[in-house]
Amino acid sequence: MDSLMTQGAWLAIAAMVVMTLLAKMMGFWIIGRVPLTPRVRRGLEALPGGVILATIVPITLESGPAGLLGIAVATLVMALTKKDWLAVALGLGAVAGYRAVLEPLV
Amino acid sequence: MTDSAANDTLVPGPAPFSMDCFWIGFRRAYVTPPGIVLFGMGVGAAAAVKGLTFLDAFFFQSLVLAGASQYVALELWTDPLTWTTAFAMGAVVFTVNLRMMLLGAALRPWMGGLPWYKSYPSLAIMTDPAWIIAIRYHREGGQDWGVYVGACVFLYLMWIVSVVPGYYLSAALENPERYGVDLIMPLFFITMLVPVWRGRMDALPWGLAIVVALVVKALVPGFWFIVAGGLAAAFLAAALYKDEAADG
Repeated sequence: MDSLMTQGAWLAIAAMVVMTLLAKMMGFWIIGRVPLTPRVRRGLEALPGGVILATIVPITLESGPAGLLGIAVATLVMALTKKDWLAVALGLGAVAGYRAVLEPLV
Repeated sequence: MTDSAANDTLVPGPAPFSMDCFWIGFRRAYVTPPGIVLFGMGVGAAAAVKGLTFLDAFFFQSLVLAGASQYVALELWTDPLTWTTAFAMGAVVFTVNLRMMLLGAALRPWMGGLPWYKSYPSLAIMTDPAWIIAIRYHREGGQDWGVYVGACVFLYLMWIVSVVPGYYLSAALENPERYGVDLIMPLFFITMLVPVWRGRMDALPWGLAIVVALVVKALVPGFWFIVAGGLAAAFLAAALYKDEAADG
């Protein structure tokens, strides 16, 4: 580590900062120019769940049975106990346990 | 910047902000550290492997503040960095973060009445978990956007602190899959989604989001499947909306 920062790192970081801010602010800006009718509002309400599911389902399916098991355990624990930390912990435990015990057998 | 003027006709008024609710949001984010710290450590570890100096990694972490995209961008990192590489990294980060556009749009009904100098800076510190915590609070009837800021600030602190051990212990995280670290984010997201479920009203849009995401992911490279799935859910929900007032 001769220099404090890698040559050109500031340039890459600046480029990424600008693009991230643009992505974060653009949607908020655009939707302010569309009238917020009840119909638009209903569409926006469906966005969070849609984005979340579109993100996690493909990732989970790619990770195979371990991922599906973890998601199933977390969903069940959350529905029954309403404790998010417990749901994440048991979901992780299920994934780690599956990979440690069952996966070598399959 | 005529943004706030334009909004005033569209939303009831500025959402309230209180320090009490700031601390509520701050505390609601307490469940996130296992995931966020490990995630942040993972980025720090990957940065160390790629040959970033500690200061590079620290500024990368604290200024870019967009987890998944940082992982992807690091794949392009070279030493020394050229203009072309920097441009490519910006483009990659923008693509991965396009879904942030949807998150920001979903905050509009709540925070659209705020003046621009409050709403836009608060969008800059937005992260997925903070957004989920805030949206859940809002869906339960909450209006105070202090909850959103509190959750963002807590997560930001965790994020920039986690890069330090991650950078220096990068060897220790050599095989994080063994501990399920790769699935922490999906587990966290599904946990936050369960209480938001409102029954049949959500079933069709959410189901369509899954189908569209899987199809687009199979056909189109990159992270477009997230954008496509989210938009599909929004459009279907809007199309299914029935005007109770029957005035339109």
